[in-house]
Amino acid sequence: MARTSTALRGALTAVGGSLILAACGGSGTATTSAPSATPAPVCRGTTAPPGYNNGVATVPGQASSLSGAGSTFVAPMMSVWTSAYATTSSVQVAYQSIGSGAGIAQLQATTVDFGDSDAFMTDADIAKGKGPVVQIPLVQAPVVVAYNLPGVASGLKFSGETLGKIIAGQISSWNDPAIVSLNPGVTLPNLPIAVAHRSDGSGTTFIFTDFLTKESPSWVTALGGPSTSVGKTVAWPTGIGGKGNEGVSAAIGQTQGGIGYVELAYAISQHLTYANVKNKAGSFIQPCVQTAAAATVGITTYPSDLRVDVVDASHNAQAYPITGLTWALLYQNQTDATKAAALVNFFSWVLTKGQDLATSVSYTPLGAELQRLCVGQLRKVTLNGSPVVS
Amino acid sequence: MMPPATAGGIVAIDGPATRISLTRRRRRPGEAFFGTGVAITGGIVLVLIGAMIVFLIVQGLPAMRHYGFFSFLTSARWAPSEAKATVTTPNAYGIVQFIYGTALTSIIGMLIAVPLAVGVALVITEIAPRRIKRPLSSLVDLLAAVPSVVYGFWGIFALIPAIRPVVDFLTSTLGTVPVIGAAFGGPFFGVSYFTAGLVLAIMILPIIAAVCREVFRSTPRDEREAAFAIGATRWEMIRIAVLPRARSGIVGASLLGLGRALGETIAVTMVIGNSVLTINHSIFSQGATMSSVIANEFTEATEPFHLEALFVVGFWLLIMALVVNATARAIIRRGVAV
Repeated sequence: MARTSTALRGALTAVGGSLILAACGGSGTATTSAPSATPAPVCRGTTAPPGYNNGVATVPGQASSLSGAGSTFVAPMMSVWTSAYATTSSVQVAYQSIGSGAGIAQLQATTVDFGDSDAFMTDADIAKGKGPVVQIPLVQAPVVVAYNLPGVASGLKFSGETLGKIIAGQISSWNDPAIVSLNPGVTLPNLPIAVAHRSDGSGTTFIFTDFLTKESPSWVTALGGPSTSVGKTVAWPTGIGGKGNEGVSAAIGQTQGGIGYVELAYAISQHLTYANVKNKAGSFIQPCVQTAAAATVGITTYPSDLRVDVVDASHNAQAYPITGLTWALLYQNQTDATKAAALVNFFSWVLTKGQDLATSVSYTPLGAELQRLCVGQLRKVTLNGSPVVS
Repeated sequence: MMPPATAGGIVAIDGPATRISLTRRRRRPGEAFFGTGVAITGGIVLVLIGAMIVFLIVQGLPAMRHYGFFSFLTSARWAPSEAKATVTTPNAYGIVQFIYGTALTSIIGMLIAVPLAVGVALVITEIAPRRIKRPLSSLVDLLAAVPSVVYGFWGIFALIPAIRPVVDFLTSTLGTVPVIGAAFGGPFFGVSYFTAGLVLAIMILPIIAAVCREVFRSTPRDEREAAFAIGATRWEMIRIAVLPRARSGIVGASLLGLGRALGETIAVTMVIGNSVLTINHSIFSQGATMSSVIANEFTEATEPFHLEALFVVGFWLLIMALVVNATARAIIRRGVAV
């Protein structure tokens, strides 16, 4: 298994490398310019797998199958986990990638054993269900700002406020002074900006609009206040709606002058160019596994239920600010002993061995502090009132 | 005029035979079984449609109660994120822009597809040599067999790049004319009402062409020959013998095509741009239709009354489709009578 993941990671690095070379070659003419042809030092090379081994003791008597549903954001990661877990434990985990909101709804209706959402369940969400819910962050991942500009490679720089104005339709041309002043030395074409966003409700949208709401007063004003400027759907003032991460990447890829937000893995697989975004420390950061990992460095106090908003939260100089979490959702009190055992065993594996597989699909393992607290969440799970993990 | 005469003729000739078969039908259990079976299948269709309307109303009822039955039709702003469980006005789920999108894309589709389909049907029935009539005819039918998701793909990756230069020219010329310029303004990003209309045109072409073909074919041979006999050219024959007879058939065929265009979902969703907030005036800008908003939003409709409002959209879409289909039927029936 370890060999497979190393191979995958190697292949991925090779893809990333050739992508950058291609971009470099394409922008070699005198009239065009590449903002940064090489990755930021922090993004070079591969990261060592975290090798967590602090999982809970295996609970005996587990069911042979589990069903889950929710976030599409985590789906590529989840499919790696479920297939690897099936070979090591002979437990089949079926995960339906139907969206975070639908995942919450299925958990509330108890049609699945666990849900998954990129926005944690609110008290109101939990009240609609069948009892208290344990929410466990599983993995970190960056949402990248991808664009399609002929002759401009990855690494264009954006601040949160400039992005907010673009997405709100207040900046409509690529050679607007606000973009030009952030990117000295880059020749920006006089092209209209085509904003692409999700047309379906999405956890990716939640993470992205959460960032805009924190960094861009213009965005908040345009959307009518901080309560309506963030969410799994917002009232997009302009732009092209695409269904799913793949719909948005297609819209960006097909439209000259396009800009939008997708999960990092999709940007890499679709060969999209993407931006460096200004973080709280004032540096422009390239999204990658390492900078997404830095996004939770320095956060030391987590709420006991782990309902924490890590988007744009870190003051770390290397943190990529648009980094989000995805939460597994399971009922705190389980009523089926075999399902309870299988759930605890699966998520204990995901939080330890599973974290080593994250970088193979461009996701970022949880930071050590957060991972320790997540394992602690598993100890809260009970079977008819008594703890599952002794 | 024709049907009563035929029926009368049958009765006059086969009167006794009909009476015999009637008495036999009562005796044979197979006959009764068949009769009941057919009645049941017919009944099921009626029940299904009725149940569907009731289902949509019941599911949409909470939203209709909350905002008012007609308030959805008086607002053109769809903003689920602004909906609050306790606020009833303004309605956050205005659907006028979706009705507009559905109507506009269908009209564009019809404007292109109807002349094209009539032309194709005329070529097949009147003009093409016998040898290529049949293959041509099956090729047009084959267009109907292409799955709509494939049309969507084709629209994104082939049609949009192909029409971009033309549309860019239109937006920079027509788009700058006062008054009408607003309807043709840029910038054009590929996905738009117009693109969706084009894709729809190709999707509804086969059904319109197929019905027109049958209508043209039903022109009596005598009348064709009579036209030729008085010295008509082929075009004049078509004009005086084929087309006048076929007028109501063409209208009926077009309305059948329109029925399909109104409800088409996936292909339209892929190329219309899915801008749901309000009406965008240019046909080259992004928009949404009634079916595309349902397809896009139902999986994560978690805002207050969001899912219910989508059912309301579905309800009005069904009403729209039923009206169009009933009109088509009425026109075709009148056409047969004439």
